[in-house]
Amino acid sequence: MTPLAAFLIVAALVFAIGLAISLTRRNAILVLIGIELMLNAANLNLIAFWRFGPHPEALTGMMFAIFSIAVAAAEAAVGLGLAIAYHRSKKTTDLDAMTRMKG
Amino acid sequence: MTVISPFWTNLDQIFVLLQQWIESFFPLWLQPAVGSVLGVVAIVAAFPGIFALTTVLERKGLGRMQNRLGPNRVGPLGILQPVADGIKSLTKEDIVPLTADAAVHFLAPVVLVIAVFLGFAVLPIGRNMVLANLDAGLLFFFAIGASTELSIFMAGWSSRNKYSLLGAMRAVAQMISYEVPLLLSSVVAVMITGSLSTVKIVEAQSGFTGIFPHWYVFTPWGFAGFTLFVIAALAETNRSPFDLPEGESELVAGYFTEYSGFKFALFFLGEYLGMFSIAGFAITLFLGGWGAPLSVLSFIPSWAWFFAKLFCAICFFIWLRGTLPRLRQDQLMNFAWKFMLPMSLLNLLVAAAWRFLPEGPSRWVVCSAVLLAAYVLLGRVLMRHQHLGARSYRYAD
Amino acid sequence: MIFGLSLVFILTSILTVAGALAAALLRNLVHCALSLTVTFAGLALLYLQLDAQFAGFAQILIYIGAVAILVVFAILLTRGSGIPEHRSFSSSWLAGLVISAGVFSLLSWAVIESIPASAARATPQLTVQKIGQALMSSYVLPLEIVAVLLTVALIGAVIVAMPESSKGGAK
Repeated sequence: MTPLAAFLIVAALVFAIGLAISLTRRNAILVLIGIELMLNAANLNLIAFWRFGPHPEALTGMMFAIFSIAVAAAEAAVGLGLAIAYHRSKKTTDLDAMTRMKG
Repeated sequence: MTVISPFWTNLDQIFVLLQQWIESFFPLWLQPAVGSVLGVVAIVAAFPGIFALTTVLERKGLGRMQNRLGPNRVGPLGILQPVADGIKSLTKEDIVPLTADAAVHFLAPVVLVIAVFLGFAVLPIGRNMVLANLDAGLLFFFAIGASTELSIFMAGWSSRNKYSLLGAMRAVAQMISYEVPLLLSSVVAVMITGSLSTVKIVEAQSGFTGIFPHWYVFTPWGFAGFTLFVIAALAETNRSPFDLPEGESELVAGYFTEYSGFKFALFFLGEYLGMFSIAGFAITLFLGGWGAPLSVLSFIPSWAWFFAKLFCAICFFIWLRGTLPRLRQDQLMNFAWKFMLPMSLLNLLVAAAWRFLPEGPSRWVVCSAVLLAAYVLLGRVLMRHQHLGARSYRYAD
Repeated sequence: MIFGLSLVFILTSILTVAGALAAALLRNLVHCALSLTVTFAGLALLYLQLDAQFAGFAQILIYIGAVAILVVFAILLTRGSGIPEHRSFSSSWLAGLVISAGVFSLLSWAVIESIPASAARATPQLTVQKIGQALMSSYVLPLEIVAVLLTVALIGAVIVAMPESSKGGAK
């Protein structure tokens, strides 16, 4: 197994676990944790392909990963702000109970 | 350039020569690993030793500032006090509250000490004496420093104690707020040097014009950056006057409350070592690292200068602790976001202007004027709602 | 070297996957957030093994130093009485598990079936200075867009999470 394949399989595993968290847990914040894990797995893919790809001096993979880290942090902030705002009015973070957008 | 005799050069490199001599006993493929292990052993031995001296220095210094003697019973002038403290910490009963989260409660001081020791790896202690010459050394240090916040939160939350949780939340909010001015004020030095490597930053400050050194603190933007960095460093390490999270009169002991015995000693060690590493970074970034202050004194070994500057920084921090009153949480946050952040951003602009203005007195005048004007204006803006009236006294009836 | 992979890589990936699994399976939310931090640290170590120093340290600084603390604060601010009043796993957990297992098998099949045995590349000589130059020359437009995005996200998060009791007051 080449190192590239190993890194990609680890990234696929972390992605699948993040997807499982987002799909099976009931707390809104855990869904956001799952999304962060998926984004991190994609970053690992990007960096692995940058390292083992044909043109590492073009820095494309590295740049993409750095921007992805920045955007993921911003999205985590907004998502958690939403979860906090919802909790303030409905006093719950249970996803199965968040069936209405009103209020 | 005076020629330095080989005795002084050897003394300067004595630790490097010692490391190479010990390495020579091992086969060639093992030598880098042995060199690293020796460096780690040196750091683990030296800095806790300085920590022990600092505890007694602090207690004596604070005592003198408060018009009392410090500890003076153990050993001559109380110098062996750390030994007594160490024995006490190690033999005290380790109490863990019944409802505390045992795993997290145990791991919090461990994470803190690991993170703090890792931060020493990129500190250039002398010429050729850095454990890991990373290209992104400064980024590594700030990344590791950010991990200490998590350990403080772990400590506060796992104790299941209102005072601990409150102290931890305050501490984390304070550390996050002051991390931004800390990074921005250090970026000035990086910008002018052109590299994130701590070794290169020190080497860029090792020149002399006449007998005066090229330290960054002797430029307007460097002085402003140094002041901002030191204030933010005090807040990052929860040192007075920013020690509201562990204020004894306020929160029992903040996030330390439920820790006793060896774990408390580990927290104490971690806090002081964090103070040393961030003081070491202030020295590296602005005070010329291991460079001598006057070119005639450059025969004295580089590591001696580093430790002398570190000693002065520690004394300065102890002096501040004994002098300034504690800042309230809202005053602290206001100060960070409304004063230090604009000042550090403006400092970046001034440093860029310094780089592109022609050399001579004009750039000194322009840069200093801009910084002073900004300082005065920002100060006025912050103080506009506070009216200092006549001092009033209340006496017990 | 097991299967041609270094021991450091195997240990780090076990740490990463264990952290992710712990985040999926633990009941206590704060424990999930802390195991997420372990996953982030493992991923940073993996980046360092890929000679991506800047990305690894940026991962530690941003994810462990900021996002993990953000998640933990959000958990603390949204706790009810401390005891979860609802079950941890959704009622359709089996479907979610099947879907993610399907995604993993598809991805790993694609990886195993399609990677040709290519020669190992030399370590790219990457300094932070090159990254800075790239950011200022070829990637300046994404840099500016990300700056605007971060500002918008900052203002948006503050507005979304601000309490509504400021109707009668000043700021």
